[in-house]
Amino acid sequence: MTTKLKEVDVVIVGLGWTGGILAKELTETGLKVVALERGSPRSSENDYSLPNIRDELRYVVRHDLMQNTARDTITVRNNPQQDSLPMRRLGSFLPGEVVGGSGVHWSGHTWRWTDMEFKVRSNYEERYGKKFIPDDMTIQDWGISYAELEPYYDKFEYTAAVSGKAGNIGGQIKDGGNPFEAPRAREYPLPPLTPILASEMFTDAARNAGYHPFPRPSANASQPYTNPDGSKFGGCQYCGYCQRFGCEANAKGSPHMTVIPIAMARPNFELRTNSWVTKVLKDSDGKRVSGVTYTNVLNGEEFEQPATIVLLCAYAINNVHLMLLSGIGAPYDPVAQQGVIGKNYCYQTGAAATLFFDGKFFNPFMNAGGSNATIDDFNSNWAFDRAPLDFVGGYVVAGGFNTPLPIGYRPVPSGTPQWGSEWKRATAKWYQTAMVINASGSVMANRYNCYDLDPTYRNAFGQPLMRMTFDYKVNEHRMGGHAAQTINTIAKSMNPTKLNPASARTDPWTVVPYQSTHNTGGTIMGTNPRDSAVNKYLQSWDCHNLFVVGANVFPHNSAYNPTGPVGALAYWTADAIKNRYLKNPGPLVQA
Amino acid sequence: MKKQEFDRRDFLKTAVVGGAAAAGGTAAIATPEVAQAEQPAAAAEAAAPAGYAFLNLDEAAFVEALVDHMIPADEISPKGTDLGVNIYIDRALAGAWGKGERLYMQGPWKLGSPSQGYQLPLTPAQLYRAGIAATNAHCRKAYGKPFDRIADAQRQEVLIGLSTGKITFDNGPPVRVFWTTLYQTVIEGMYSDPIYGGNRNKAGWAIIGFPGIIAVHRDHVAQYRGKPFPSKPVGIADMS
Ligand SMILES: Cc1cc2nc3c(=O)[nH]c(=O)nc-3n(C[C@H](O)[C@H](O)[C@H](O)COP(=O)(O)OP(=O)(O)OC[C@H]3O[C@@H](n4cnc5c(N)ncnc54)[C@H](O)[C@@H]3O)c2cc1C
Ligand code: SF4
Repeated sequence: MTTKLKEVDVVIVGLGWTGGILAKELTETGLKVVALERGSPRSSENDYSLPNIRDELRYVVRHDLMQNTARDTITVRNNPQQDSLPMRRLGSFLPGEVVGGSGVHWSGHTWRWTDMEFKVRSNYEERYGKKFIPDDMTIQDWGISYAELEPYYDKFEYTAAVSGKAGNIGGQIKDGGNPFEAPRAREYPLPPLTPILASEMFTDAARNAGYHPFPRPSANASQPYTNPDGSKFGGCQYCGYCQRFGCEANAKGSPHMTVIPIAMARPNFELRTNSWVTKVLKDSDGKRVSGVTYTNVLNGEEFEQPATIVLLCAYAINNVHLMLLSGIGAPYDPVAQQGVIGKNYCYQTGAAATLFFDGKFFNPFMNAGGSNATIDDFNSNWAFDRAPLDFVGGYVVAGGFNTPLPIGYRPVPSGTPQWGSEWKRATAKWYQTAMVINASGSVMANRYNCYDLDPTYRNAFGQPLMRMTFDYKVNEHRMGGHAAQTINTIAKSMNPTKLNPASARTDPWTVVPYQSTHNTGGTIMGTNPRDSAVNKYLQSWDCHNLFVVGANVFPHNSAYNPTGPVGALAYWTADAIKNRYLKNPGPLVQA
Repeated sequence: MKKQEFDRRDFLKTAVVGGAAAAGGTAAIATPEVAQAEQPAAAAEAAAPAGYAFLNLDEAAFVEALVDHMIPADEISPKGTDLGVNIYIDRALAGAWGKGERLYMQGPWKLGSPSQGYQLPLTPAQLYRAGIAATNAHCRKAYGKPFDRIADAQRQEVLIGLSTGKITFDNGPPVRVFWTTLYQTVIEGMYSDPIYGGNRNKAGWAIIGFPGIIAVHRDHVAQYRGKPFPSKPVGIADMS
């Protein structure tokens, strides 16, 4: 029996970064907003506090803050010929399942994606000709411009306490920042983090090689800070327990200590935790949605929550799953290349080297989530000529540390035995005297990389799991090869005692080990309903009172981490709803 | 390391037959361990028998031999059992993780490709049990004795066989998956917080100079840049 509840103005599915931003923005208008979050409430005082938060086994290895795959997961395969099998435990990516979502346990690296991405097809066709883009590479322009998004990037950075150094203010290149970034209106809210030895050494080596290193912008408050909404931050403690942990110092920009408490303080907002949304309901005319159904996971009771507006903010993967389960929009078919829901799933690629320096102390336990220096010379630098290398996209290279805790990180030179006294001696010698240089690379859309509903496996609610078909293509292998070369050249110039060099990845994508929680695509944004699921305001082309917010709207993936544009687009969508949609409900872009 | 002819397992197995003897047995079984411990005083004191919640006698003997072989006593650290790695493993297998918490356990079951990750119809505890039995079966076939009773060089041969996939199990779980799980749990037992039973006296963290949970490094970043950080590791229990 499903209990039908009283209609509300807005229902938000998932209360992480995007849900939190929209909850705060839309409750400002006085609308009655209900957020349904599948996870439980957790708080800084009670849960992210000393000593218990500093537990690598619980949070890193056993995934305490993350999605429970016993209840819901995806099935995976590398290509359509393979049997798809369930991802039986988390590995490659770690979506959150608590109030605050992945925004609680992210690292905070915050980038502005530029017109390099938003106009990807036009850029490459214009410079290199139509033939440069392989036939099966389904990249397309996003239908939005950097100039439109700039104020919203700014808003997100000031909300999340991003520490960094501007490289381009209003067209003027600034020393010490990223010279390849697009123009920003003003500086970052906070100066960069204090550099660690590894990032300093990388900076020197990269500069000597003629590149342009800069401290990575990151939502780890370099100083105590009060954001424009009045949320208070402590200064980052370089605690070394950043990624996959809640922040004990309230220094990591996270929704549970910024936007969510602001919404919670308003009488027109209600948060229901342990509420698992199973479906978005279509109206009888099919042009609108009428609400959602959800299950209270504490007692199994099922509810229907009618709403005038539905916002899917359930993370990039779950948003697509809910769209497929609800039958909104035509499912994508990679053979006929028709339909849109599930299209253009992308991920990221990478390469890494470990450098061993006899007698140097890197103190790998002292760092912030964003303690690294980065070069963007092979990514947002459009002067970097891709023609001789024959790939589309780019990669960033960085030197530093992020949460290198001892169960997961004990570097030894290759050839060292895996156990015994010799192994122990090597571990003791190199744990503190090694550093890492790594690259993160873009992944271009491919017609066969996509999602659909799995024909065999089901979740705890009896619904089909979503099936992910994904692998890297020649384009990514070529780029990975170039990235590995760049890393190794820089690494060798630093004269390490020993080097485990980077190598190009050519193996298929695997569900283990952890790579990144940077999943994109599936309900992509665009200029028309034939090749995209949502318009530039993240509004469904099919049902105008449904907005689908998250990296699921990205038509391809860049080398940068995604949350800069995810946060900016959430503010942009909030603006469009507040200032345009509420006045005149209907499609914000005519198809 | 010398193995007694008549070890704890034999003692307990016979003790079960004569019920009365079992009570007196507990005191007796401590003796070989204490005698074996050529460890600093702190380690010996912490090595009081803790009892097993999951491992049976054969499995306990296997795990003890395994962790002492992988982590021998030397100038770097006490041996695996003195670090409590066996206890960590036992508790992990007995607990929620060992019972398959968070593991999607619905069929159909297929082995799939390595890129699809874990696909066995076994909880970690069941996998451990099956893997130990299969390894011991291999050892009996190859050397006439189970893993815990073969010589050091033979143990080395077995671990190399497991880690490289040279050994295969007839009708058992894939060696690769068993070895990955085994290895990961040994590492966890060395480096997780001591509240989980391993890393006793934080001697695992001491190997690498990891300071544990004290992590207020705001001022240290510049102060100790490029310099060794003097620290005595602190764990969760020290602050609770
Ligand atoms: C370990 C890690 C490190 C990361 N580091 C970075 C980084 O450095 N830089 C960067 O840019 N990004 C990083 N990310 C990614 C970043 O966390 C996400 O991009 C961001 O949180 C996305 O916001 P969101 O609102 O889309 O999803 P989330 O913040 O994950 O929120 C989604 C919420 O929806 C809930 N939900 C899901 N399904 C349902 C359902 N059916 N019913 C009800 N509720 C549901 C979830 O429980 C969750 O609370 C990292 C992620 C991880 C896991
Ligand atoms: S590194 Fe800084 S921002 Fe990250 S959890 Fe630690 S104190 Fe918080």
